[in-house]
Amino acid sequence: MKLAYFPGCTLKNHAKNFEDSALCALNKLGVEVEELHRWNCCGTVFSLATDDLIHHVAPVRNMIRAKELNTDKLMTMCAMCYNTLKRSNERMKKDAESLDIINDLMYEEEVKYKGDVEVLHLLEVLRDGIHFTAVSEKIKTPLQGLKVASYYGCYLVRPKEIGFDNQENPTILDELMALCGATPIDFPYKVECCGAYLTVDKPEIIAERTNQIIGSVVKKGAEVVVVSCPLCAFNLDQRQKVTKKIFPDFKNIPVLYFTQLLAISLGCSENDLGLNLHHIDPRPILKEKGLI
Amino acid sequence: MRINISRKNRQNPFIEKVQELSGQNLLVCYQCGKCSAGCPAVSNMDILPNQIIRYAQLGFKDELLESKSIWACASCMTCNVRCPKGINIAEVIEVLRQLLLRKRKDHVEVDKMTNAEKEDVPPIALISCFRKFTS
Repeated sequence: MKLAYFPGCTLKNHAKNFEDSALCALNKLGVEVEELHRWNCCGTVFSLATDDLIHHVAPVRNMIRAKELNTDKLMTMCAMCYNTLKRSNERMKKDAESLDIINDLMYEEEVKYKGDVEVLHLLEVLRDGIHFTAVSEKIKTPLQGLKVASYYGCYLVRPKEIGFDNQENPTILDELMALCGATPIDFPYKVECCGAYLTVDKPEIIAERTNQIIGSVVKKGAEVVVVSCPLCAFNLDQRQKVTKKIFPDFKNIPVLYFTQLLAISLGCSENDLGLNLHHIDPRPILKEKGLI
Repeated sequence: MRINISRKNRQNPFIEKVQELSGQNLLVCYQCGKCSAGCPAVSNMDILPNQIIRYAQLGFKDELLESKSIWACASCMTCNVRCPKGINIAEVIEVLRQLLLRKRKDHVEVDKMTNAEKEDVPPIALISCFRKFTS
């Protein structure tokens, strides 16, 4: 199995641990990954105004890059990239007039896009491509006794037409964590928005949300949180600093990418995990559980 | 608060513009309030999501374009997936922002941000913030 892969901006810097751990895990699962050549930023958010076609150029151009690799499947792991690429792609599939305009705007491209690429999230690849049962057969180090709260946020599950799981009660991350040997912890704020890009101009709003989301996780007895979005990760992890300042009773907890725990359970070495890139260090709890 | 509802407001071309750019039929809203009940941003809003729809139906352009609410919404789509009438409220709020941004009324002033402020957050945060809050 060979997969075309779109990394997105943040997986090359702040979320390097997301990319490294995912690629190591896929390698252990026998999946060959090829990064798109000359990929460009997806734009991070899907344009919601009907006439705003210009912002679909960036995501659609990446579909052409996938076609150049002779594939009709494009995998990404960042929840925001996934949402933007998939929604733009779905609009192109349904709206021939917009697709024509987008192709005209990209007149220098040798390949014309026909709406024939499928955008997949890594979680979908694991569940429906590789299959969870095949993943569970490759588990070497089960995450025995680790209590994991899976935070889904917004862009992985909403809106209805793009999500691969239930919008109100998604379980795909919990299922994956369970098959890695961890104990999934349910909590009521798993699809509540972390505040996303408001982190730039209003970090105090993020502190309120982090206090609510992480506070609920801690109350439920989880030891770590997993996410699939670098912006959720930043808000729930790095913003714990300002949260603690505003809410002195707030209790810190490590936030990891789900791929880091998957990689540990598949036998990847610590070099592939980037555990030094977190604000709240996950190493003490992972050491305590004998996982690193 | 006293609100004057006049026929003149109902004929405001603003209503048609919001419907066209958002692709939504505002009149199907029956004010159940589910959007506001589930919205994580209401504590930072002056006009609640269900009220935004009502104001838009009635052509209250100035009230909407001056509201704090449109900049508190992070398009998390919770309202959209819960609306029993299928209205995409997040799209309506996006259009209200766009009406200002298309006149270069930026909400975030990039040139006033220091390098330290920019370096403090990952690229995914900066790009999405600039896409949503600048022209």
